[in-house]
Amino acid sequence: MATYSGTVRGERFTFNSLARLLAAATPEKSGDQLAGVAASSARERVAARRALADLPLRTFLSESVVPYEIDAVTRLIIDSHDEAAFTPFSSMCVGDLRDWLLGDMADTMSLQQAAAGFIPEMVAAVSKLMRNQDLIRVARKCEVVTAFRNTLGGRGTLSTRLQPNHPADDPRGIAVAILDGLLFGAGDAVIGINPATDNLGNCYDLLCTLDDIRARLQMPGQTCVLTHVTNAMELLKRAAPVDLIFQSVAGTQGANEGFGVTLDILQEAWEAGLSAQRGTIGNNLMYFETGQGAALSADAHHGVDQQTLEARAYAVARAYDPLLVNTVVGFIGPEYLYDGRQIIRAGLEDHFCGKLLGLPMGVDVCYTNHVQADQDDMDVLATLLASAGVNFLITVPGADDAMLGYQSLGFEDLAYLREITGSRAAPEFEAWLEAAHAGGGLLEGPGGILENMGLVA
Amino acid sequence: MTRTLSKLSELTPARVRLDAKATPLPLRNLLNFQEDHASARDAIFEKVDWTQLEATVGPLHHVRSRAHSREEYLRRPDLGRTLSRDASIPSSRPKLAIVLADGLSPPALVRQAPLVIAALREQNEDARDAPVFAASEARVALGDAVGEAAGAEMVLVLIGERPGLSVSSSLGAYLTYAPRPGTRDSARNCVSNIHDKGGLTAEKAASRLSWLIVAAQRAGQTGVALKDESPVDPSLPSPTQDIKET
Repeated sequence: MATYSGTVRGERFTFNSLARLLAAATPEKSGDQLAGVAASSARERVAARRALADLPLRTFLSESVVPYEIDAVTRLIIDSHDEAAFTPFSSMCVGDLRDWLLGDMADTMSLQQAAAGFIPEMVAAVSKLMRNQDLIRVARKCEVVTAFRNTLGGRGTLSTRLQPNHPADDPRGIAVAILDGLLFGAGDAVIGINPATDNLGNCYDLLCTLDDIRARLQMPGQTCVLTHVTNAMELLKRAAPVDLIFQSVAGTQGANEGFGVTLDILQEAWEAGLSAQRGTIGNNLMYFETGQGAALSADAHHGVDQQTLEARAYAVARAYDPLLVNTVVGFIGPEYLYDGRQIIRAGLEDHFCGKLLGLPMGVDVCYTNHVQADQDDMDVLATLLASAGVNFLITVPGADDAMLGYQSLGFEDLAYLREITGSRAAPEFEAWLEAAHAGGGLLEGPGGILENMGLVA
Repeated sequence: MTRTLSKLSELTPARVRLDAKATPLPLRNLLNFQEDHASARDAIFEKVDWTQLEATVGPLHHVRSRAHSREEYLRRPDLGRTLSRDASIPSSRPKLAIVLADGLSPPALVRQAPLVIAALREQNEDARDAPVFAASEARVALGDAVGEAAGAEMVLVLIGERPGLSVSSSLGAYLTYAPRPGTRDSARNCVSNIHDKGGLTAEKAASRLSWLIVAAQRAGQTGVALKDESPVDPSLPSPTQDIKET
C-alpha cells in the first residue's frame, strides 16, 4: 500500500494509506476524533493538506478508500465512472482541481459536464483544501434542475420542504402545519412528513391526507411520507398515492445495511416509483437524506473520515436520478459535529460535494438540544447556503419540529432568506401562489384554503 | 377568521402562527422559544431518581455504561453502548428483559416508564415475568449487552429521547429479538414519542409493544422485516380496512 508524506516547519509527517491522508487533511470534527482517524495536531493537518494538494486525481480511480471487493458502494462508484467526462482533469492533481474550480473556466456548463467524471473521493479531497468561501463560490456556479410536478433548482430559486410533522400523526394537526407554511410560500420542493411510526396503515392514511390536500388545492407540487423504502414499495402495491420514494442512505455497504437497504432494493423501489407515473412535468422521484457520521454510527466506516463517506453517499443517490437530496447536517449530535462551527462547515461541504457530483442538493439546517449550537449558528449557515445557491432547505413551524425533537428553520427564516437574496419559489409553484393571492388571498379567496383543506366546513 | 385560525392552532403542538401576512417572528415568540431551548438543555443534565422509580416499578438490577459523566456520555456514544467492567447480570433466561435507560432525557424515563410498564404488564404475560434493569449513562444498544448477559429471548429498552423544545420528556421504546452487542438498528422495532403532551399515550404505546412482542416471537425476529401492522390509532380515519382486505 502506498504511503504519503508532507512537511511542515521542517517536520515530516507520513500517512500510510489514502484514507489516513484524507482523514488527517479534513477540518476538525468530533466524529473523526471519535473514530480515531483525525489529525493528532494542527500541524499534521496542514502537512496532510500539502500532500493531498500534490496527489494526482487518478489515484482515486486506482486506490479505493473502501476496498472494491467488499463494498457495493465502491463498485458502484468505480463501475459507473465516466472516463470521457474525466478526461479534462485526468492529469490534474487535487490542488490543480481546486484552482480550476475557482477560476473562470469552471462555469455552469463545464461543471455540469464534469459531474459524471468526478467520483466522491475526488470532490471530498478538493473540499478539504478549500475554505468556506471557496465552497460557497464554486457551489453557486453549479445548477442542477429536477422536476416532478414543478421545476426545482433553476438559478434564482430557493425552494423548501414543508415538514408538517405531528407527534401522533394527526391528519388535522398536519393540515394546520401545512397551512402555516403555505402562508409563507413554503413547500414547493415537497410537503414531506416524517411519520411518528412506520405502521403501514398509518403511512397509508398520511399519504391519502397529503394527496387529498394537494389535489383540493390544485397545487403544483409533490408530497412524501418518509417511511422505509420497502414500506413505500408495499404501499405502492396497495395503490397508495406515493409521489416520492424516500430513503436515508450512506456511503458504505455496511452503513446502508444498517438502514436496511441495498443498491438492488433501491433500484427496485425506483422502478416501482417510475411505473406509477405520477410526475406530470418530470420523472425525478427519489428523495434521499444523508448526513456526516451515519457510517460511523453504523460501525461501518472502514477508517475513512466522515466527510469523505458522506460524499460517497451522494454516489448512491445519483444512481437513481433523484428529485431531492438533503443532508440533515446538525441532526446527528455532538459526537459527530460538536458545535455550531463544525455544523456550519459540514453543511457547506455537503452542499458543495453534492452539487459538484450533479445532485439537486438541499440542506436541513438544524441542530439538536444536546449540541453546542443555537439559532444564531443556523442563521449563519442558512445565509451562507442561500448565497451558495442551495436547491432547497427544510422548514417547520416556528423552527421547532414537534415530533422529531430538533430545531430546523422556520417559515419566517424562508421569508428572510428570500428578502435578502431576492430568490424565489419554483416557477409553477410561485405562479400558483400568485394566482391564489390575486383571487383574494390563500385564506379568503374563492373556495378559501381552509375549506379546500377540509379544515372548516 | 381570526377566531377560526386560533382554534385551528389548537390541533397541533407545533408552533404554528397562521399569519396570513407572513410577518417576522414577534419577540414574544422568540423569547418563548429561547425559554424552551434552555429547559431542554437543562433536562439533559438531570439525574434519574432510581429509588423513586423502584417504588413504582418494583425491584431493579442496576447497571452502568462505561461513560463516567454526562459530558463523556455526549461525546462518546460508544462508551454509552458498552457495559461497565464490573457489571454483574444474573442469567435467568427470560423471554423478555426490560431495560430502563436514562438516555438523553432522564425526566422522560421517570415520568413515562412506570406508566408504560404498568400497562404492558396488564396486557402481556412475558412483561409480567420480565426482569427490569436500571441503566445509567445508557444508549439504546446497551440493552443488547444486558439482554445477552441475561440470556433473554428479546429485550425492550425504554429510554429518554433527546429533548425537543415542545416536549423535553418523551420516551422511546426499542424491541430487539436475540439481542447481542453489534446488533444493527435496522434489527429493532421502535415505538417513539411516548409522552403526555399530545404524543402517544403510555397505554397505546403498551398496546403496540404488546403486539410487537407477540409478533416478534412468532416471526423469530425484529426490525424492518417485521412490519408494525398493529391496529392503527382508532381516532384516525381508517382506509386501513382497505389494506387488510387487499
